[in-house]
Amino acid sequence: MLAVQLADLLDGDPEGTGEALALVDGFDDALVHGLARLADERTAALAALAGAFTATPIGERLAEAAAEVASGSIAAEHLTTLAGGRAALFGAVHDALLARLDAALGREREPWSPAPESEPYGVANMLGGVRSWLRELAITGWRGVDHDLVSAVDQIVEALTAAPGQRRLAVLLDGFAAELRASCPIATMEHLPVRRWADLWTRAVLLAQDGVLPAEPRPVGLVSGRLLVLGVDVHEHGTAVQFQVHAVLEPADGGPARLVRTGVTVAKVDTIVGPALWTLAHEHKVLLAALADRRSLEVTDLPLLDSGDLVWHDDRAFLGKPADSFTTARLHLAGALAPAVPPLERAPVRIAEPVLVEGYKVTEDGSFDLGGAEITVDIGRLPSCGPLTPKLVAGSSACVGLVRWDGGRWLLQPLAVQAKVKRETVEIGTGDWAQGPTDPKVVKAEARAGDAVAVLRERAGRLLRR
Amino acid sequence: MNDRSPDGETVWAQHSRLRVVPPVKPRKLAKVPFVELADGRLQGVVSSGSDISRVYVSSIAAGTHDYNCSTNNNRPCGGLYGSPCKHLRALAAEAVLQYGLDRVARYLRVDVPDGTELVDRLTGAHEPAPAAMVFSRFLRHLAYLEVPETTMPIPEMHWFPAEGAVR
Repeated sequence: MLAVQLADLLDGDPEGTGEALALVDGFDDALVHGLARLADERTAALAALAGAFTATPIGERLAEAAAEVASGSIAAEHLTTLAGGRAALFGAVHDALLARLDAALGREREPWSPAPESEPYGVANMLGGVRSWLRELAITGWRGVDHDLVSAVDQIVEALTAAPGQRRLAVLLDGFAAELRASCPIATMEHLPVRRWADLWTRAVLLAQDGVLPAEPRPVGLVSGRLLVLGVDVHEHGTAVQFQVHAVLEPADGGPARLVRTGVTVAKVDTIVGPALWTLAHEHKVLLAALADRRSLEVTDLPLLDSGDLVWHDDRAFLGKPADSFTTARLHLAGALAPAVPPLERAPVRIAEPVLVEGYKVTEDGSFDLGGAEITVDIGRLPSCGPLTPKLVAGSSACVGLVRWDGGRWLLQPLAVQAKVKRETVEIGTGDWAQGPTDPKVVKAEARAGDAVAVLRERAGRLLRR
Repeated sequence: MNDRSPDGETVWAQHSRLRVVPPVKPRKLAKVPFVELADGRLQGVVSSGSDISRVYVSSIAAGTHDYNCSTNNNRPCGGLYGSPCKHLRALAAEAVLQYGLDRVARYLRVDVPDGTELVDRLTGAHEPAPAAMVFSRFLRHLAYLEVPETTMPIPEMHWFPAEGAVR
């Protein structure tokens, strides 16, 4: 990303984002206090949200839902409609932000083309349970949430976790419920993550609809070719970790290079943290080796989804030549075709566009100054399973990272940096420890802490099936 | 424990990507494989030192500090003589390692001056509590290790950024 590109990116908010966010904030505030006790201003906020859609096909339904909820008749279908309205507004913000980012970077993106509807999964009664829990939450409001209300979702999460095709909803609800539980009593909590909880609630409502929405993105075909890794983005809550690899795919059939994401999500528990997380993905030896050794991958017949995600199959890949992410970014990032974003996934939180940044000065607060234009570096998002630290980022001279947007501003989340360590320029990335830590101090600390995964597996083997 | 807001309320209120539950600190799990602050109690499971297939379920209630320790079959722990047994002491010590003293003390509502140990500041008495619920939460916890992995993308995980590199 050049200084002029960053300047374009930061040149004011895209038109209408401020207004859209204000409507979203109004709705989110109603969820804080609960829909059962809507003061006049919050009734007005719901009406305003609905009003933004007057000229659209969902305008009438939204107006009706806002009016019904305001009058105290809070049916699940009204909440679904309101959640749809909020998602559409935030989706429009996502589209405007991503279009701005693409324009600034000169990045070409594939247009979205809807695939035929897939078969709905037969888990209707479970989803009904999710919807009534989400309805209770909305009626009660975050301030009124207590242990009993949170615990009511436990069994549903357990069932969803075991149900095929419901992993997204299960993982989402599990992370959400854990937050609510840890925050109880919420009534006395000083600051609430208002937008975040409304985001999670909204997405859960949408995912909990019977057969209306496909549970997962659809495959558009099988692809083969060379995969060049840019870096790995790690997502984690108490019971799940997702290693999401950003890469450039050079298709074997000679088509244009594509930006893709691939990776693996594993279940875990909160006491498995740090470098031990990688051991949970140990079955994907080829992928982990490519991350740790900085090698390219030759892949054959991997399903490509309409979201730009490659579905990883470790047995359809083998290690290729050495390939570091900085060379890949320099040579391939500019021309690679970016994937479309499926409508249901369009929320600003999903924006995570790989870029290469160099020639910057690190400012006192840790931002990168590219000669006038500054971008905030999200040093709070360096995963504990990798060697990247705020200090390394602050001393770096080049960075491969993800451009994100949160809290009204653009952020750079580092995935790899070039930095001087003992007078030598080295590359350090979030995936370096995919095959185990390479820093002797960390190896020692891990040995002292013992193997959490092994201890828990032993306990599970002895106690679970009794 | 919830307010880790870097720059005040607005930032906390208008961000989507936050780690609301702070990641726990790594600790040895051999003696006390399971600790949680839930349902108004510090509760967990302590492996028996003498019988590898026996575990103790120990809990301390927030506020009253009433405590209980029994086997998972509800047989009372023999070490409870009017004060917390070694299992309860181990539970409290491991909870402090896992969550930090502040978070545990705030949850239990106990004041722990410098130089004292949390478990010695508890004022409650032995109060039988059913072990079955805690034990089944532990089994549910263990069951996560048997959940199959998936290589299908989970876009919802973007709301849950990993963090914690503080070396």
